[in-house]
Amino acid sequence: MLSQETVITTHNLTKSFGDFTAVNAITFEVKAGEIFGFLGANGAGKTTAMRILCGLLSPTSGEATVAGFDVYKENESIKKHIGYMSQKFSLFEDLTVRENIEFFGGIYGLSRKELKEKGNDLIQRLGMGKEAEKLVGSLPLGWKQKISFSTAILHQPKIVFLDEPTGGVDPITRRQFWDMIYEATDSGITVFVTTHYMDEAEYCNRVSIMVDGSISALDTPNNLKHQFDTDSMEGVFLKLARQAKRGE
Amino acid sequence: MAEVIIQNITKTYEKGTVKALDNVSFTVKSGELFGLIGADGAGKTSLFRILTTLLIPDSGKASVAGFDVIQDFKKIREIVGYMPGKFSLYQDLSIEENLNFFATVFGTTVEENYELIREIYVQIEPFKKRLAGQLSGGMKQKLALCCALIHEPKVLFLDEPTTGVDPVSRKEFWEMLGRLKERGITIMVSTPYMDEAKLCDRIALIQNSKILDIDTLEGILSKNKQNLFAVNSDKMYQLLKDLRAYPNTISCFAFGQKHHLQLNSGENSLKSLLPYLKQKGHTNISIKAISPDIEDTFIKLMQDA
Repeated sequence: MLSQETVITTHNLTKSFGDFTAVNAITFEVKAGEIFGFLGANGAGKTTAMRILCGLLSPTSGEATVAGFDVYKENESIKKHIGYMSQKFSLFEDLTVRENIEFFGGIYGLSRKELKEKGNDLIQRLGMGKEAEKLVGSLPLGWKQKISFSTAILHQPKIVFLDEPTGGVDPITRRQFWDMIYEATDSGITVFVTTHYMDEAEYCNRVSIMVDGSISALDTPNNLKHQFDTDSMEGVFLKLARQAKRGE
Repeated sequence: MAEVIIQNITKTYEKGTVKALDNVSFTVKSGELFGLIGADGAGKTSLFRILTTLLIPDSGKASVAGFDVIQDFKKIREIVGYMPGKFSLYQDLSIEENLNFFATVFGTTVEENYELIREIYVQIEPFKKRLAGQLSGGMKQKLALCCALIHEPKVLFLDEPTTGVDPVSRKEFWEMLGRLKERGITIMVSTPYMDEAKLCDRIALIQNSKILDIDTLEGILSKNKQNLFAVNSDKMYQLLKDLRAYPNTISCFAFGQKHHLQLNSGENSLKSLLPYLKQKGHTNISIKAISPDIEDTFIKLMQDA
């Protein structure tokens, strides 16, 4: 599904807080249909970079566009054309599954008719017919994560940002989650994902690794392993992240 | 000698409709580094809260260092250290103030037990005037561990200390635990990361409120007799779908660079696999027999449960 169309471009993108440079002149592109792994140690600057790309934070300098929109001037348009899910905040616990789907779909501008159709379709695909009217708070985490991902792409965004989507879930659910990611890319959605599971880095088309605010490496998992002379992504990560000088 | 004894513990919530722990029994030996491994919602935190006397079980008995979790709850609170999964120190006190507070509450001083926390504390000491609420995740974790250790506990309970922590910091954290164990502290630690099983003396695998197995890692792995193969080709996602559709497949899951395929024991199940994949158009196919690792085994135990 890879094409030459780019969905994210950044050039020397920088964000400073006072005299601390959280993101230091990062330059990269993400192609349409790609699964792009965004790795780095805690405190390397991943969250800051991701917040800029989601239109939530204005950079200090440099350039970036997401889905064709400029991060300085068109951040509201960016928010409409992306999907976002994080482990920390995904769904409203005191709304039912159906209410959450309708709420998030509604926010993304789906009509009532679309909401009904897509909502029913989604509940059926997730096999949650029985749970549709239950409060999300009463469901296991793995289910929440699946619903959360599905609502994040309900409006068929160009790109979906996933911030540690599989943290804490069981090994079967973790793999089912990646099946859903593959399905999403098959339907043309670009996936930008952070994870601390190094086996999941292997599932990405390309992986970037941030160290101390900069991108230290960016390539396919195979090329990275070759470049760093190791047989696993964990090996690549350990070699790079150990060079980090700044604390968290 | 058993330091932690758990006998038929059951705990439910919401008037019995939600089961957190279902007849759980096991023991942790004195001086052991024991891992409780399972996903979010498996029941790990409920068990930790019962053992630290913060929650009363519906039924069953448990003791820590010989003290009953219900009758002797005050004694237990004096001799255990507990680091909850959610950061629970005072956000509006500084690093130094939090540590002094916990030392004082336990009737000791930071100086008295400094040796025990020194190695961890020196990493955050340069920021000791900073408010706990303003610390990064890794620094909060180190401070919480110092506060849990400052009264030199006999048993240390760490609830998911490495969740959301990157692989490098996770490694460092486990190295610290190894050194605490050498000082004779019994440590019970929970984690959703299966790969941390190899760093524990023994582990309990927990899922859906039930213990799936308890043993050393080697012991658990040796019981798993799956007919398992690592398979890869040029098109991994298509390969996953094709392997799942293969008639002799019991299960197939992605494992990083390879897919792990469990075949039935039929005579031809392996023999006809390569022709099948070639016919499906796969290139650069590799099929290797492998021994199951902890994730394979956890998945199998989940499916059997």
